[in-house]
Amino acid sequence: MSAFTNHLTFEFRTGVRNKTLLLMNYLFPLGFYLMMGLVMTKINPAFGETMIPAMVVFAILAATMLGLPDPLVSAREAGIFRSYKINGVPEISILVIPVLTTIFHMVIVAIIITATAPLLFGVPAPVNWAGFTLTFVVMAFTCAGLGVLIGVISASTRITVLWSQLIFLPSMLLGGLMLPYNMLPDGVDKVSQLLPATHAMNAFRAFAFDLGADFNPMGSLIVMLVGGILAFGLAIYLFNWDSKNKTGRGNPVLGLLVILPYIVGIFLL
Amino acid sequence: MNEPAISVNKFRKVYGDYVAVEDISFDVQPREIFGLLGPNGAGKTSTLETLEGLRSPDGGTLRVMGVDPTRESRKLRNLIGVQLQSSCLPDSITVDEAMKFFCAYHAVDARYDLLDRLGLAEKRKAQYHQLSTGQQRRLALALAVAHNPAVLFLDEPTAGLDVATRVELHGLMRELQATGTTIVLATHDMAEAEEMSDRVAILLSGKLAATGAPIDITAQGARLTKVSVRTYNASLAENGISFPAVAQHLHKDDYNIYFSTDIGPTVAAIINHIESQQDMLIDLRVERPSLEDRFLEITTTGGAR
Repeated sequence: MSAFTNHLTFEFRTGVRNKTLLLMNYLFPLGFYLMMGLVMTKINPAFGETMIPAMVVFAILAATMLGLPDPLVSAREAGIFRSYKINGVPEISILVIPVLTTIFHMVIVAIIITATAPLLFGVPAPVNWAGFTLTFVVMAFTCAGLGVLIGVISASTRITVLWSQLIFLPSMLLGGLMLPYNMLPDGVDKVSQLLPATHAMNAFRAFAFDLGADFNPMGSLIVMLVGGILAFGLAIYLFNWDSKNKTGRGNPVLGLLVILPYIVGIFLL
Repeated sequence: MNEPAISVNKFRKVYGDYVAVEDISFDVQPREIFGLLGPNGAGKTSTLETLEGLRSPDGGTLRVMGVDPTRESRKLRNLIGVQLQSSCLPDSITVDEAMKFFCAYHAVDARYDLLDRLGLAEKRKAQYHQLSTGQQRRLALALAVAHNPAVLFLDEPTAGLDVATRVELHGLMRELQATGTTIVLATHDMAEAEEMSDRVAILLSGKLAATGAPIDITAQGARLTKVSVRTYNASLAENGISFPAVAQHLHKDDYNIYFSTDIGPTVAAIINHIESQQDMLIDLRVERPSLEDRFLEITTTGGAR
């Protein structure tokens, strides 16, 4: 078994062994899904038509925004990355392997939600599986990039929570998960386009459920893809092995550049 | 003489305005156990971590087995083994997984035998956070030596270890030395440094205060031999008694302690005095100056080469 495969296997086991990661990867999104299925479909039957993408997006946000950054910051603060550096673990492995394992956990949760929601709650399944898969992969990639970037630029775990919540909470309120995009007040709808969740819901509606897009869905995929690439690029560029001995290549504020594709998207889509 | 395993030439390290290490130079020969000593803040960790490639020097040149630790970090990784003072692994990694994980990155077979040898046989399935501090340090040591590094850096290796493990560690260090490993040992334990090191360097406020074999460094000091005496009737406690060649006299815990420049006349005079006072000897100890004594002398006087 190669070092990379060995690392990947260990990291995957960590996602199940670590109680916080188990919560963020599985228990929180699946618990929320069951609660929303039981309550929201009764209160607001229209919620049912986008319940699957909304819960899949929620699972992605929970795993990537709440689960992914904190272990990176904690590991750097605890000196684990120093041990890794001394033993030749490449920085690309440190960043990419948690992403791959998180995406794997997200796939499992997405399969559970997509397979059980029509049976348990009578909500519609995707009509275009290729579009569903494509949107899921792009959204997972983008959010994983953001999660890793937050982990890289945050000076402490407390700062991590602030950055994560800055994306997670607005995504819940404005991202189209609970409230459709077309019901948002003028101006707020444009602000919501700063969030990957808004673009993901837009693309899911158009490409997976034939519900019609609120704005250019292909543009949404492109914005998310470019945002993801930029996030990973910045994370690799700004990566620092050691919290005590700054060896990073740039100021963490550069991480804010990741918002650029979303700003451009507001004007073009 | 062989090419040095480690070469440090005019190494300088600064943090903002603070000069942590100022133009120090020393070599470590192959198969040598080299002690790096100094009080907190002396520059030991800066020196070690720069040699390990974790920090960049602000001046001078450093080489480890001919490799520049800053610019050739990939080459360095398989040449060195490091037990960090505050090494840490992911909480949920098991002992076996850690061995497999790091050995895989060094492209060598996992050395589970080292785990058995360092008393971790019962803990191989335990997660890192379930290990005691001593067990964590033993695991860090096993990981540091698993790929047979040419140079091994040990930072406070015996801190938190019980006596048996400490003896085992010292035995392992001797074995590694015999098989060609060069060892740099940073420690606050002077007895350990004196016992294990072929040579030591004492750092003080970022400068090299002394370097050489422990016995030579000890000999460079004031050369005062410590004579501790305890008697039944405390006849030595009377005021005004003086003995030949005594530079300093202390009284501590029923013992009279004399620091002598010439041990023969001092001990003879003390025994004569006790007999003349019809007192009886309970205990008499003669101790040559230790590395610790010399270290304290250097650190309190500011040091001299």
